[in-house]
Amino acid sequence: MIYEELTDASRARRTLTGTARTLLALKLDGPLLIGLALIAVYGLVVLYSASGRSVGTVMRQAGHLAMGTAAMLALAQVNPNVLRRISPWLYALGIVLLFVVGAIGYIGKGAQRWLDLGVLRFQPSEIMKLGVPMLCAWYLRERALPPSLLSLVLLAALILLPSGLVAMQPDLGTAALIMMAGVLVVIMAGLQMRVMAGLALVGAFGVWVGWHFMHGYQKERVLTFINPQSDPLGAGYHIIQSTIAIGSGGVFGKGWMNGSQAQLDFLPERSTDFIFAVIGEEFGLLGQCLLILLYVFVVGRALYLATQTQDTFSRLLAGSIALTFFVYVFINTGMVSGLLPVVGVPLPLVSYGGTSMVTLLAGFGILMSLYSHRRLIGS
Amino acid sequence: MVRGVRIKDHGAEQRLFLARSLVAGLLIAIATVALFGRLYLLQVIRHDYYTQLSQANRVRVEPIPAARGLMLDRNGVVLASGQPAYQLELVRDDVPDLDSTLERLAAIGMISSDDLPELKRTILSRQSFDSVPIRLHMSDEDAARFAVVRFEFPGVDIKTRETRFYPFGPLGVHALGYVGAISERDLARINSAAYAGTTLIGKTGVESAFEKPLHGTNGFREVLVDAQGRAVDKQGGLAFGLRTQAPVAGKDMLLALDLKTQQVAEQALGDRRGAVVALDPRNGDVLAFVSHPGFDPNLFARGISRAQYAALANDADKPLLDRVLRGTYASGSTIKPALALAALTDHAVDPNRKVFCNGIFRLPGSRHVWRADRTDPRGWIGLAEAISRSSDIYFYGLAATLGIDRIAAFLGPLGYGRVTGIDIGGEKSGLLPTPEWKRKAFRRPEDQVWFPGETVNMGLGQGYLLVTPLQVAHITGVIAERGRSFRPRLVKGMRDPGGHVRWLAPLEDKPILGVADADWNFVINAMIGTTKCDRYCGTAWVAFRGAAYTAAGKTGTAQVFTVAQNAKYNEKMVPERLRDHAWFVAFAPAEAPRIAIAVLVENGGFGASAAAPVARQVMDAYLLGPDGKLKPQFVPAPAAGPTPDTRTARALKRAPAPRIAAVARVLAASGAPALADTRALSGRESLR
Repeated sequence: MIYEELTDASRARRTLTGTARTLLALKLDGPLLIGLALIAVYGLVVLYSASGRSVGTVMRQAGHLAMGTAAMLALAQVNPNVLRRISPWLYALGIVLLFVVGAIGYIGKGAQRWLDLGVLRFQPSEIMKLGVPMLCAWYLRERALPPSLLSLVLLAALILLPSGLVAMQPDLGTAALIMMAGVLVVIMAGLQMRVMAGLALVGAFGVWVGWHFMHGYQKERVLTFINPQSDPLGAGYHIIQSTIAIGSGGVFGKGWMNGSQAQLDFLPERSTDFIFAVIGEEFGLLGQCLLILLYVFVVGRALYLATQTQDTFSRLLAGSIALTFFVYVFINTGMVSGLLPVVGVPLPLVSYGGTSMVTLLAGFGILMSLYSHRRLIGS
Repeated sequence: MVRGVRIKDHGAEQRLFLARSLVAGLLIAIATVALFGRLYLLQVIRHDYYTQLSQANRVRVEPIPAARGLMLDRNGVVLASGQPAYQLELVRDDVPDLDSTLERLAAIGMISSDDLPELKRTILSRQSFDSVPIRLHMSDEDAARFAVVRFEFPGVDIKTRETRFYPFGPLGVHALGYVGAISERDLARINSAAYAGTTLIGKTGVESAFEKPLHGTNGFREVLVDAQGRAVDKQGGLAFGLRTQAPVAGKDMLLALDLKTQQVAEQALGDRRGAVVALDPRNGDVLAFVSHPGFDPNLFARGISRAQYAALANDADKPLLDRVLRGTYASGSTIKPALALAALTDHAVDPNRKVFCNGIFRLPGSRHVWRADRTDPRGWIGLAEAISRSSDIYFYGLAATLGIDRIAAFLGPLGYGRVTGIDIGGEKSGLLPTPEWKRKAFRRPEDQVWFPGETVNMGLGQGYLLVTPLQVAHITGVIAERGRSFRPRLVKGMRDPGGHVRWLAPLEDKPILGVADADWNFVINAMIGTTKCDRYCGTAWVAFRGAAYTAAGKTGTAQVFTVAQNAKYNEKMVPERLRDHAWFVAFAPAEAPRIAIAVLVENGGFGASAAAPVARQVMDAYLLGPDGKLKPQFVPAPAAGPTPDTRTARALKRAPAPRIAAVARVLAASGAPALADTRALSGRESLR
């Protein structure tokens, strides 16, 4: 037997090769998987402290992680052709569910985001986070790029419909993210610079006009949104406490479970949207930079995978998934550190919560499928 | 824009996507650097600032109230102390809706709904994070009852705090004063930071005048708190560097009061309205301080309800009024010794010249008739007998002879019409009327004239003249000390928490100069005559029959109600509240005075029958030991031998050489009876 004389080192290589073979068989990407796993583990460690040493919370989050991983594994097996074909149907289903949720909310006279299916509750808006970019990629796959003006108008309508429905729930943060996912597809499809500049100009003009038509209290609300420090007991409370938490952490942090802002309840929503401040307080600048670098690695790898795909649909969808992930990261960390206004966006894979975890990992599952099935497309 | 059908160029699209990806990567890098920059700003450049804010968040300074100083009588008996009690406290910051919380608390009977507006004002005047007491001294049942529903009242909690306890209840309440919840008005005069954590503050008496030393210095404790402000019991990394400063307890007040004397004085007054003040004339120590009726100061320390307070405030007997300091009355005949001193000093009368008294006095050229009482002595009367037997007719004449200006010039420095300077606040000055005062006090010109008849009234201490019982006791003490004047004081010394006692030096005012020793002796002997029945019987001889010491005294009866001309005053016919006030002043032992006393019984009638027995009991209680004899420390020092007379000896010792002539005049002028009295007394004393 030829393998009996192998040294330890080569055995290790063989094992590694074995792992790579396994990954290949599972249609997964090793580096991306490692990056995601590191972030998720880091998140669980932080969550234990942020939740006040709640083993239950950590176990539930591990459950979410398992569900998300399962979704990722499953979607990675799905042939991109199937994904492409179901794209319009997924979008249509999402729209219908958004209408259903809206109707239930209207009848129940209250904000409604959830659809209760008895065993599990889920937000149709989460479907749209993947549904919209999939539809956009599907729409552009056969068309010449950069997209024509007509396509742009149609795409704008397709993006704005679900975004508007979600915005009316009202969930402005998610609506913005859905819009962002669609817009990123269009931009990656080669939206002309002059169109972007024109749209930016029109947008700026619209804001300027709108500002002059606003009542005083509305202006005040907008200003508070932009500068929460002006309302220290209301909207500003969160951001003031989170900057205190981050700032008092210093370079090395106060130590795991020693963050007084987090442990003594000063930091609101510390295990969900504001968990990044807990990292800043307990692990300091180093802890935060480490996490951000992990994110950047994941995004970079995802973007690289996107460039390696072979058809337009795959490229655009993969690119959108990678960039949307970074947008999530940047909006959350920017908000928590006081760089951006407060919008309810969780820190990907770290904030406590099942929905976002499953959606994000499902997205990476699709991305891996798009990459790992690439040779099959041509055949 | 390209028109028509465009051909899909896969290669170009791939390049375009790659370019876009590179741009995206660049933007990601820029965003990441911006984020790092922001974090660097927060965590490195502004680290100290945020550390401070985080510290302020995590730490709450909890005050530790200092134990209030005790009050002890001159023998060390505790008259006011601390007692732990449950109380309900409210922190405004933690209360979602103050109005509804207070109303719901009232609904379950924790606070009285009558007190709500006042309570709310007090709460709003404190800092929003202060724990404000809203119900003092909860019973165990109430505390248990509230504990059950506490979750319905965020921001309201039961605390164990030290409350004030007066073991003898109403005893000496006007002297000790009382403490009560800190009100909005109190906050105006204290440093509220120094009172954080303090529940009670002195409102009257010693409690108020000595608030500062009694209060002590509050300490503090830094406590780890969560965002809801609740103290957290977490240790380790979160609890580093928490500081504590121990409070410094208040000083104990060592009072001059003598518990036994005070008790006897209160019992002797019984349920009559009135006042008793006893002083040590040698240093101003207040030995007894009674204003009747009183009230239980524990009511205030436990948190008096509006209804309870209203009952006290509206009581016709005015229990809240400190009659000793703030009750002003006509002095009645207690003024006579002072007038006699004035007349002797000014040589206005010859003490031996006798005046014929027949119960009627008429000013030359006036139709007004002053009628003396039926009991007023008749016949030929000299000055000494006029004092001892309290002849009104004699003193009408004496006052008229002296004239108001000379009366005022002498009585003012003696203490009439001015505050005594006692060490607690709120004292009234009384009124010594003069023509000048009258010009200022009245607006109508016809009222501004001083009538000769008003001078005559001064002879009996009637008219505009007003005195407080404290003033009268003080003036009696000044006479006892032959002109030496000490400010009355309730607090003799203070004891700090370490047990170190600081005694306060007696405060001596300017003495009365210019009165010859012979004249002091004359008047004092005449006052001794008041309590004797030798050649003639003094007005208070019955009360002092069998006393173990010589007392010098003077009765007084102050009119409340002016009897019409040609009418006779009949005690039985006059409504109780319009009856005369009874006065008695005295000091003893006469040879070496250790106690000077003033007794006032409102509407008590004659001083001799209503007030003098009270004074006798009080002086007995203070001066006599359990064997019924003078306590050794009160026995006058050179008591032995028939000659020389102790009084004369003292006069000789004190008088500078040129004054010996004056002493001789005393012996000549004071008259045989008084001297005989003294000698007889000295003899009796020497037998003991």
